[in-house]
Amino acid sequence: MRSKGADLAWGLLFGMIFGFLLHKGGATSYDVILGQLLLADFTVLKIMLSAVVVGAIGIHLLQGWGRVVLSPKRGSWGKNAVGGLIFGVGFALLGYCPGTIAGAIGAGRLDALVGGLPGILLGSWLFAVVYPRVKDGLLRKGAFPKATLPELLRLPRWAVIGLLSPAIALLLTLIERAGL
Amino acid sequence: MTDGWAELRWSPYIVGAGIGILSWFTWFISRRPVGCSTTFSRAAGAIERLLRGRRALDRPYHREVVPGVDWQVMLVVGIVIGAAASALLSGDFAGRWVPGVWRAAFGSGIGLRAVVAFVGGAFLGFGARWADGCTSGHGISGTMQLSVASWVSAIGFFAGGIVVAQLLFRVLA
Repeated sequence: MRSKGADLAWGLLFGMIFGFLLHKGGATSYDVILGQLLLADFTVLKIMLSAVVVGAIGIHLLQGWGRVVLSPKRGSWGKNAVGGLIFGVGFALLGYCPGTIAGAIGAGRLDALVGGLPGILLGSWLFAVVYPRVKDGLLRKGAFPKATLPELLRLPRWAVIGLLSPAIALLLTLIERAGL
Repeated sequence: MTDGWAELRWSPYIVGAGIGILSWFTWFISRRPVGCSTTFSRAAGAIERLLRGRRALDRPYHREVVPGVDWQVMLVVGIVIGAAASALLSGDFAGRWVPGVWRAAFGSGIGLRAVVAFVGGAFLGFGARWADGCTSGHGISGTMQLSVASWVSAIGFFAGGIVVAQLLFRVLA
């Protein structure tokens, strides 16, 4: 087991690379994120979907080789659909997300630092306040029967990745053809 | 590909592939996925602890998500530094209050932008905790793990975001 200090140092290093890439991709910009939500500029989706394809191939190979144990989160309609939509409302109003706001703050954006950051802290705290009241109710409503798509679809893991990757490539090609 | 540290923008595909490769290493070295939003709960809990003392730690949520510094908190701190480095190298570092797209629709008032950003942040933080993840934890790390919950969450983020952005900019503005 590595020391706690080394673990934290790796986190910092990975974060620096992540922040550098997010800024170079334009994802830390309000204008780019709103361009995505207004369906005028698909930069955010291009970044996310190419990360998903490249990432998926590598991490599932690592898992297959026994080098990592993935931890796909389980969920429910009450948790993920409801929470996702609440998040989406905030996503459009704020124009940053929890990761990209850190990048926007790094780039000096004051609406992110003075407006958005205290807002996210308040929202996170409010959730901690209501948590005992929703934890065994709403958050468990409509639980998904399986944790992962391969289990849900009863397909081998690589079949799902093998279908998903070309589907994403096709979608991105169509987006490029449309000039978005 | 566009290259050079001083370029303002790199190809989104290069950036996306880079983030994908980064995730191999976070798993392999740190045994964890990239994620961001839990950090804001740890920070909010730490602030509550400063204000109310140890009682803040009795909240059931804070017993599960303990306030303080962990790997992910360091990751988020790293994002600030990495984005600042990229912004400085490309001349994009600027203390700006009002983004261009916002200004075109709602004017250059700082107060309105700050209040809407604050309210949006509150929804975002609350929703991220409710869904147990954000655009990185669910949207990138969870979807690549093929988690059903993450795909549903990610679709929810964009569905909610697209509807509210249309209302804001095509109806209200």
